[in-house]
Amino acid sequence: MSPWLIGFAVFFAYPLLSTVYFSFTKYDGFRPPVFNGLDNWSYVFTDYPLFWPAMRNTLWLVVVMVACRVVFGLGVGLLITRIKTGAGVFRTLFYLPYLAPPVAATLAFVFLLNPGTGPVNTLLEAAGLPAPGWFTDADWSKPALTVLAVWGVGDLMVIFMAALLDVPKEQYEAAELDGAGAWARFRHITLPNISPIILFAVVTGVIQAMQYYTQPLVAGKVAAGVIGGSGQQFEPGYPDKSTLTLPQVVYNVGFQRFDYGTACVVALVLFALSMAFTALLMRRRGGLIGTGD
Amino acid sequence: MAQLTDTTAPAAPRTSGAAAGTAGPRRGGVAGRRALLHWIGVHALGVAAALFFVLPFVFLFLTSLMSDQQALTRDLVPDTWEWGNYAKVWNTPGFLTWWRNTLLYAGLGTLLTVVSSVPVAYALAKFRFRGRRLSLLLVIAMMMLPPQVVVIPMYLFWAKQLDLSGTLWPLIVPMAFGDAFSIFLLRQFLLTIPDEYLDAARVDGCGELRTLLRVVLPMAKPGIAAVALFQFFSAWNDYFGPQIYASDNPAAWTLSYGLESFKGAHHTNWNLTMAATVLVMAPVIVLFFFAQKAFVEGVTLTGVKG
Repeated sequence: MSPWLIGFAVFFAYPLLSTVYFSFTKYDGFRPPVFNGLDNWSYVFTDYPLFWPAMRNTLWLVVVMVACRVVFGLGVGLLITRIKTGAGVFRTLFYLPYLAPPVAATLAFVFLLNPGTGPVNTLLEAAGLPAPGWFTDADWSKPALTVLAVWGVGDLMVIFMAALLDVPKEQYEAAELDGAGAWARFRHITLPNISPIILFAVVTGVIQAMQYYTQPLVAGKVAAGVIGGSGQQFEPGYPDKSTLTLPQVVYNVGFQRFDYGTACVVALVLFALSMAFTALLMRRRGGLIGTGD
Repeated sequence: MAQLTDTTAPAAPRTSGAAAGTAGPRRGGVAGRRALLHWIGVHALGVAAALFFVLPFVFLFLTSLMSDQQALTRDLVPDTWEWGNYAKVWNTPGFLTWWRNTLLYAGLGTLLTVVSSVPVAYALAKFRFRGRRLSLLLVIAMMMLPPQVVVIPMYLFWAKQLDLSGTLWPLIVPMAFGDAFSIFLLRQFLLTIPDEYLDAARVDGCGELRTLLRVVLPMAKPGIAAVALFQFFSAWNDYFGPQIYASDNPAAWTLSYGLESFKGAHHTNWNLTMAATVLVMAPVIVLFFFAQKAFVEGVTLTGVKG
């Protein structure tokens, strides 16, 4: 335990306390921090122009993106348990996108969903469907991110697949004898049996949505034509702050505007939100992660 | 547990419904036709889903083989297959350095994580001590903690106090102190090893260290493999860490971080960008085919067993 305890102290407890301390100071990393009370806190909640758009986006992602991933993941999980021929191949194909490195996958999707030259809109138009602006349109950038997130649903598929195969077969047989149809069996047997896993997927999905960073940042930067990697200043959240998330706000205010005090306030808001959902995962009774006591 | 690679003994189809494979003697006529329709419907859906998952890879690969000009058109298939794009990407200044940095970060980091996380996971899974529950709660809380929460003090520590920004050290060194996700995953795995094995070893006179090394480790190989893979990929995919610590020094960039600059360096050369993307994805996919089982086991452990 002890190396971990050192690590815990050095990489978690001490920095967390420092973050709390810095949140009450004016600090640019060069001059020593100056205590300024609740100034940073009131600035973040009232005047800082990036904070509330990021919160609204997070809420959108939590509701729509998480829901889409869970529903689609469950659907694919159900499908895979019913496929009899070539099941191994199908499972591998469904799983692979989950492995694609986020930067690579995002770059690929910005290209694929490029309204001017991307193959997706080419196909949509050929099929006579509307071809949206995706990452270049503030109304469509979050749906585009959702498509990207749903594409990488392989982790949920595996978790749901394992849960579905653990549902006692006898219950289905009994229901079938009672004349229950496919929907009734799903509604009254499958769903109750796997509901803890659905809840687990929702809560971990929400925690991931709070931390959503690489994909929206890269999508915004690439769609806006910002030259990557150069460390140049850029307005995050292109287009029109629609892809801005809280972690990006921390980066922007801390590492681009060197206002560490304000960045620490946003970091603590992020901390509070994540820990609230983590607590849901770990409640002593009915917690989703057993602690074995 | 259902496994992705289980080709020799397919997971028993415990779901009900008129499954084609279960049509026994009592099923004929109408029931048989229903089973066939069910089979066709399920597999048609499967193919549709497979297209959704696979087509992005296909378009990505086809674009990587187009000429500069054609990549800017709406064409889907290359006119001339420019395999040289891959050589161009490979020979881009910096690309090999980023490759080496990524291997160093992912390889050394994975090794350090495994060595430091196994004893902690072992203690959490198999020992009863004061504060065990609290320790586990802290591990889970750390696992769920967004890295941005502590990044400012951490950055100040590495950059201002140790003057190590622009190097890989701030990314690698913390991994020598145990990684919360790895500890949790390994603990989940070690819980499945019966205590009787450990007791037997102790009765035979094994000390704790020997029990861990000789009895637990060999049995924990699949769990360790899963943790190692996850850790390798999380370092391979990491964007935030290199952005914070290495952004001002291209010699310390990793592939994930450098990849995006690639697009910038070549403006809208989508063909080269997509070729670079393929080169960054390829090792992950190749590694997956060698270690599917460990991977899927890991994903399942995080979600199902508690």
